[in-house]
Formats: sequence, structure tokens, C-alpha cells
Amino acid sequence: MAERLLLRCRDIPDLRRLDVYTAHGGYQATRQALTTCSPEQLVDMVKASNLRGRGGAGFPTGLKWSFLPKQTAKPIYLAVNADESEPGTFKDRVIIEQDPHQLLEGIIISAYAIRCHTAYIYIRGEFALGAERLEAAIAEARSAGLLGRDILGTGFDLDVWVHRGAGAYICGEETGLIESLEGKRGYPRVKPPFPAVHGLFGCPTIVNNVETLACVPHIVLRGADWFRSIGPEKSPGPKLFCVSGHVERPGTYELPMGTPLREIIYTHAGGIRGGRKLKAVIPGGASMPVFTADEIDVSMDMDSVQKAGSFLGSAGIMVMDETVCMVWAAFVIGRFFHHESCGQCTPCREGTGWLEKVLRRLEFGDGSATAADVDLLLNIAGNMMGTTICALSDAAAMPARAFATKFRAEFEQHATLGRCPFRPVVEPPRRHAHA
Amino acid sequence: MPTLEIDGQRTEVPDGLTVIQAAERLGIEIPHYCWHPGLSIAGNCRMCLVEIEKNPKLQIACNTRVADGMVVHTTNEKTKTAQRAVLEFLLINHPIDCPVCDQAGECKLQEYYMDYDRQRSRFPLPAKVRKKKAIPIGPLVMLDQERCILCARCTRFLDEVTHTSELAIYERGDHCEIELAPGKVLDNPYSGNVVDICPVGALTSRDFRFRARVWYLERADSVCGACANGCNIEIYHREGRIFRFQPRQNAAVNQYWMCDAGRLSYRDLQGEGRLTHPLVRGEDEFLPSTWSSAIGQVTGRLGDLAREHGPGSVGIVVSARAPNEEIFLLRRLGAALSARIAALSWSPPGAFHDDFLVKADKNPNTEGLRLQGLVPDGEVDQLLEAAGAGRLAALVLHRTDLTAWRDAAVVRAALERVPCLVVLDTDRREASEYADVVLPIATYAECDGTFTNHAGRVQRFSAAVSPPGEVRAGWLVLAELAARLAGGEPFAGAEAVFAALAEECAAFRGLSYSALGSDGRPAASAAT
Ligand SMILES: Cc1cc2nc3c(=O)[nH]c(=O)nc-3n(C[C@H](O)[C@H](O)[C@H](O)COP(=O)(O)O)c2cc1C
Ligand code: SF4
Ligand code: SF4
Ligand code: SF4
Ligand code: FES
Repeated sequence: MAERLLLRCRDIPDLRRLDVYTAHGGYQATRQALTTCSPEQLVDMVKASNLRGRGGAGFPTGLKWSFLPKQTAKPIYLAVNADESEPGTFKDRVIIEQDPHQLLEGIIISAYAIRCHTAYIYIRGEFALGAERLEAAIAEARSAGLLGRDILGTGFDLDVWVHRGAGAYICGEETGLIESLEGKRGYPRVKPPFPAVHGLFGCPTIVNNVETLACVPHIVLRGADWFRSIGPEKSPGPKLFCVSGHVERPGTYELPMGTPLREIIYTHAGGIRGGRKLKAVIPGGASMPVFTADEIDVSMDMDSVQKAGSFLGSAGIMVMDETVCMVWAAFVIGRFFHHESCGQCTPCREGTGWLEKVLRRLEFGDGSATAADVDLLLNIAGNMMGTTICALSDAAAMPARAFATKFRAEFEQHATLGRCPFRPVVEPPRRHAHA
Repeated sequence: MPTLEIDGQRTEVPDGLTVIQAAERLGIEIPHYCWHPGLSIAGNCRMCLVEIEKNPKLQIACNTRVADGMVVHTTNEKTKTAQRAVLEFLLINHPIDCPVCDQAGECKLQEYYMDYDRQRSRFPLPAKVRKKKAIPIGPLVMLDQERCILCARCTRFLDEVTHTSELAIYERGDHCEIELAPGKVLDNPYSGNVVDICPVGALTSRDFRFRARVWYLERADSVCGACANGCNIEIYHREGRIFRFQPRQNAAVNQYWMCDAGRLSYRDLQGEGRLTHPLVRGEDEFLPSTWSSAIGQVTGRLGDLAREHGPGSVGIVVSARAPNEEIFLLRRLGAALSARIAALSWSPPGAFHDDFLVKADKNPNTEGLRLQGLVPDGEVDQLLEAAGAGRLAALVLHRTDLTAWRDAAVVRAALERVPCLVVLDTDRREASEYADVVLPIATYAECDGTFTNHAGRVQRFSAAVSPPGEVRAGWLVLAELAARLAGGEPFAGAEAVFAALAEECAAFRGLSYSALGSDGRPAASAAT
């Protein structure tokens, strides 16, 4: 795809400024949506576009919107998920920092479609610059009559508030996000009820990812058919891919959904750094099962990646070359999820810690690891899957299971050697009992 | 009403029920930790995972509503594997404390481990996460963080029932711990309930800790007598001693809870001051007597005095601590003696009460007095005045210590002037010092009977322990006095007394011990 849409900021300097943004056709989609479409027509348009959520789960956006109650006395809220905490993911951040009005347009149009008058952008605490840029953009939009009361004279009102998180991965899970927005501990909620019925402050709520919403203005301007024509029909559209690790040109790439993983790594990201050999790729952020070097002939769209045994997730493509120890990689990921489990559900609370402990003894060899530890890992991971309130437990179990299965020999080698056969690694500290 | 099948049993249940509740109705217990019928659904322990056909994943029974045609499996291999896994996860960081843990014997972790797991540990001991132990967090409650399984029952109780939020969960993952919120102490009037609902030994009672192993204790259904609410309770006892009160579920009265004052009120039932023998005044001091001699004296003197001095010369004061049966028999006795009966329902002024359970009326049976036509506090002062003026030949005090409840000097002067004073009570109090005969009677933990709570609900209690020494049930003593003075058949038991009451008194019509069952029933006048 020659033309960049989501990443127009790469081609237009200062696009984050309202004057620049409007000079390049900005807010035309908003005007068009609010003056020529009914909310129902917009929901139908988004449904017809087959837009699927970019936050990780790939849920059809129009369908999600249609779960809102048709009649309700309560306010409807839109919560914009700008928590972007999945390791290996840095796509929403680009939009937020470089092209915040694109996101605001997506928010205004989507809010109008779902009859919402208050939207919250829940932004990851570490994104200080992003929060600043969003606040500035909101102020600009408000003084230009694009936010607040009677937007563009259409009678539609919308307020947008920025809420900064405090550093918990789990607040990116949509109901953890809602609890956190309410000022509570970020505990994902048991479902049902789902947020569309009982969300923020007990009111109907839609949670959408930043990139998902950024697609909406383009759908309005170019039509659902255009959107559906990009990539596979069932999971179409322009897509941001975050490539990190041992490639020549790591970065965020806008490519059509369904671009082959091999092409992304070798063509767009310039191939493996220093001419080394590819060993493993995680296709969708740290929570998704790893691919071996032999498994990269896969189209990067939701259904194809799933068919190949992993998930597109957040499209965080993490590339590892031959120097990387797979036990170490699994350990780093396991340690992350142990640290981030909110601790509500028994299998996740206890399982994440247990996984880390087993991976730690395999990698850093206190001599207590045995070959049976590989089966123990697989068994613990199996017991953690599909049994909890949110998907974090699966997110911790899936990578551990994939690494231990696909690189079993390397895991067993660690156990027999009693140490890591790769370069010596420094053991990161254990968590203190009262950290 | 949806029809569903659980473990091969078909059942029709009301809409809106969860699978765990539907299973309960079939007598199938789905193991659970976090679910409690009186609290919101947390769904965090994952112990209640069951297989529901057509669902790819196991579902938690506590948050899944029944649906027509649902087919549930609670014991097949898939659910068993999940249950074992959850138990293993719960135990990896759990201390090996059972031998020194006060929860042993009523611990859901122990119980389910024996029922569903019984696997050897795959987790090395030194790797366990260590937390704080034996922290007093309030006057009644001790916390052991290591034993906590983070079911959030305690925090939900404090958030949703008392709205005091003294406890919260801090930290994340397997470092999560229950802790007091900054600056708080767990001292709300209902704090003891968290001990009851904690499924493990993380929250234990500072009052009960280490006093008895629960498996040695017996229990009896009863009703708390410490205020007019009449919370349903279980009395835990052994060899004549009461060790604790715990709430017993009654949706119409106390749901699942009781207050701390009521919980500790068992102590008042076995205090130092208990009377153990009938006492008859000798020259200067009381002499222990036999029941037959004491009863003979009482009936003889009361009968003589009433005959001699005519109607109204004998006074009876009955307090709202008396069960319905005793009130009924006192009225019979009063009729035989043409006595004046005054009812007393006294509570300390400014006593704690709230809009949840605790009532300002600290008597268990004020409503019972009313339903038998006695007006609480109506005539007590006239009776005292008559006594003080020498116009009363005899006075019977039933479960009351007038000296504590009225101006003590006035009472003393009055009691001193009454030629014949008969006291029926559980404990020795100031009024008994003036008595001619003291008849020791049982507490409500030692006899059968009924109380009528503030809302007019008639509720049964039954003898948990046997009374100390020669002490007898109040109804038994009064029935004998009434039989001697008024004639008629003796009663076979408290139940028969109640039957006679139900016959005679409109408010109790249609009620019987079997009709009251374990949950009680509204009295007729209260029902309308
Ligand atoms: C543990 C966990 C963390 C998540 N973190 C994020 C996140 O940081 N950003 C995000 O957009 N979605 C995240 N999600 C997905 C959200 O729950 C939710 O599916 C998404 O925000 C919905 O928006 P979408 O339909 O537009 O993708 C997370 C999910 C889980 C289970
Ligand atoms: S799965 Fe883990 S992170 Fe998600 S709610 Fe349960 S304990 Fe918390
Ligand atoms: S202290 Fe007891 S009730 Fe509270 S969370 Fe822990 S186990 Fe549950
Ligand atoms: S509220 Fe009253 S009846 Fe209930 S436990 Fe407390 S004192 Fe007893
Ligand atoms: S009882 Fe259902 S999850 Fe705890």
C-alpha cells in the first residue's frame, strides 16, 4: 500500500496541530458523519466494513456497538483504550503523539454513532507526552467547536476527558480499565454482565482501542467497501504492525492487513540484523504463542494467524535471532505476567508465579531443575488456560506453552546441563515479599 | 421456569437462579470459596468450575444463570481436573499450618483437599511466598495473611454489608494480601462475621481461638437474646459450657449475620453470678433448699396472702426477657392469685442501635409481652409505689432486677416493705438480696421456648446445654406453681405450654412448635 492513512503523520509534518490537520482534509469525515448520517447508518457502515478491534481480541466493532441497549435512561459511555501495555506494541502511541486529531475524529464519529456524550481516553501512565498532546488537541478542537456543546451546529454534544493510568498492565483489559476509571483497583470484572450493558458507573459502555477508532473516519470518507477491499474480507483494513527485536529497521509499519509475516520482517523491516539467522517470532505481542523460523509464511490477518496456531493480538512482532535463548525469552515474558497478574483468580495469581519459578530454575540453574520441569511447565500452563476472569492467565500460559513445546530440546538441554547453554545472563532480582 | 439437568438429575428451577444455587436445591454441593449467598459475586476462586454442555470452556457455577435445556456436569473428569488444579494452585503458597491453625476442622481448604485433591506437592517448600501472621486487626479478629486464599469475602462483606471497608487487598499477583486500610481498625459492630465467612484460617476469632477444637463441639439452634431483633444463631457447646455463638441463616431476620455484642453475649449466660439452688431466707441469711420445699413455701405463702388480703394484694413483675411460655404461665398464676401484673422492658438509655440488625430494645421478647396483652412498663411504677406504701402483701419478680432498672433507692425501700418477695431469675442480683425465696431458672440456652422479635416473628430456641446445679426451666417451675395454685394438669413440656398459649391467645392462634420450624413464623397480629 503506497498511501499511508493511519500514519499520515509520517508524511505531513506537524500533523498534530489542528490547522495542519484541517488543511489536509481533517474533520471532513466528522462533518460528513454528523450532518449526513444517522447513528444507525454509521453503525451499519462500520458493520459493513468488517472492522475488527485492534486492541488484541479482534472483535467486530460494529457488532460490539450493536450490543448496546436500544432504549436506556442511562448515559452511554465510550472508553478509549489507550493503555497500550502489551510488550512489543507501540502503534497507538504514534497516533496519540503524532496525530491526535485523527483519534479525536474517530472518537467524535463513534460517540455520535453510539449516542454517547461523554468519552474517556484511558491512557497508559507512562505516556506523559501522549497525554499532553491529547489535552492540547482536545483544547484546540473544543475552541474550534469540534467538541463540547452543539458540535459543528449539529446539536450533538460530546465531552472528552483524558485519564492517566498508574502503571498496571491489567488496566488495559477493558473491565479492569473501567474499574480503574471509576477510581478503584484495576480488577477485571466477571462477565456477564458485559460492558455494553453494565459498564462504567453501571452504565452501557463501549471500550475500543485507539487504532480501531482511528479507522472510523477513513471508513466514513471512503466507504465500507473500500475498507473491506484491503486484505482479507473477514479481517480487512489498513493495519499498524510494530516490529521489534533483531531486525535491521525496527519500527511501526502501516501495511494492508494480511501482509505476509516474511515480507514484513525481510522486506519492510530489512531482515535480520547483522546477517544472523532468524530463530523465533512472536506475531502479536508477548502474550501470543511464538512461531519458529519455519512458521513465518503466514498472512498477518486475524484469521490466518489464528489458523497457524497463534494470534495477531496487538500486532507486536518480536523477532529473535539465533543468539537468543528460548528459555530466557520465555522467562522474561513469564516474569512480566507474574508481575502484572492482578491476583484475583487462583489459577492466574498462583500459576504466573509458579511458571516464573520453574523458568527461573531452568535458566539460572540452581541445580534443582530436572527434565520433568518441561512437562510441569506444560501442565501448569494447561491448568491456567480458559479458567479465569480475564485473558491474562491465558496470556501468561500460551507463550510458556509454545516456547516449551516448540523448543523442547533447548529446554531439556537446560535441565541436563543445569545451566543456560547460551551466553551467561545475569539473573534479574526476584520480587521481594513486600515490594 | 427453566428445566435443566445436573449430573443426570432433571430439575425445574425459578428463572434467575445460578447453577450453584440450582445444584444446591438438588442436594449437590459444587465446591466454592468466594461465592457467598449474602454477598455480590466475585467469581475469583475458580473452584466452582463446571462443564456445561455446548460450552467449549468450563464455566463458573456461581456466575452462570440457569437456562432451559442446560446440561451440567459437576463431577466428570474435566471438572475434577479443574478442581484439582485450583486446589493445587491454592496450596502452593499456603503454609503447612493445619496442626496449629484454629480453623482446622471447619476449613474449606482442608475439606476440599480431602474431597477433591489428595495429591502430593509439586512445589518446593522454601519457594513459598511469605507474608505476615497472627496480626490482631480488631478487638475480635486475628489475621494470618499466609493462610488467606484471597476470596474477597471479607472485603465484600465490609464494603457491601457494613459499608465500612476496613480491609482491602493490597499488592498484586501472588503477593496480594489482605490488610487493614490505612488508619483503620476492624471494629465495626459486625466485625465478627468476617471470621464466619472466611473459608480458611486467615481470619480467626480472638475470643474463640485455641479454646476448643471444633470437632469436639456440639451445636444447637437458638435465637440471640441480647436484643429485640432475635437473630437466629447456633450455640456451640461442650459438656455444659458454651464456646461461641454463630449466626444461623434466616432471610427474614438476620440473613447470615449477627452483631458482635450478640456474639459475645454467650458470656452473660454463664457468668460468676449464676444461681444454682433454690434459696429460702432463714433468720439472717439464705439457706439452700430443695425444690419441693421452696415451691411449697412459695405456693403456701402466696396463696395465703392473696386469700387474706384480697384481689390486687399480690404483684407480679415480668420482664421482656421471659419467653412467651413463661409469660403465659405467669398470667395463669396471676389470675389464680388475683394479682396485679406489670410488664417491664428496660434497656439502658442511649444503648447502641442501628438500622441494620441491632435494636435499641435490648430485650428479646418485648413484643411477646404485648401480644399477651401486657403493656411494657405500664404498671411497674404503680406497683412499686403500692409496695413502698405497704399496700402489697407479696411481690413476684420474674427475670428482672428492678434495682438496676428503676431508681435503686425507691426500689430498695419498696422491696424492703413487701412482706413476701419471690424472685425467679438466672443470676444473683441485688433484688434477690431482699427475697424470701429465690428460684433459680434456666437461661434460654438451657431450656426450650419461644421469643417474639420486634417485628412480631415468633421464633423457637431449644436447650443447648443442661442448666447448672439444681436449676430448672422457667416454664417448669411456673407450671408447677400455677398447677398448685390454680389446679389443672401439669404440662409435658414447653411445647405443651405453647400449645395452650396458642389456644388461648389470638395472636398465637394456629402456631405450634412444628409450625414455627427452625425459621419462626409471624404472629397473627403481626402478620396483618
Ligand atoms: C490482560 C489484557 C490486557 C489488555 N491490554 C490492552 C491494551 O493495553 N490496549 C488495548 O487496546 N486493549 C487491551 N486489551 C484488550 C481489551 O480488553 C479490549 O478487548 C479492547 O480494548 C477492545 O477494543 P477493540 O475491540 O477496539 O480492540 C487487553 C486485554 C487483556 C486481557
Ligand atoms: S486472569 Fe489474572 S489478571 Fe485476569 S482477572 Fe484473573 S487474576 Fe486478574
Ligand atoms: S481473609 Fe479470609 S475471607 Fe478474607 S480474602 Fe482471605 S480467605 Fe477470603
Ligand atoms: S442484633 Fe440483637 S439479636 Fe442480633 S445478634 Fe445482635 S444483639 Fe443479638
Ligand atoms: S465460587 Fe465460583 S468462582 Fe469462586
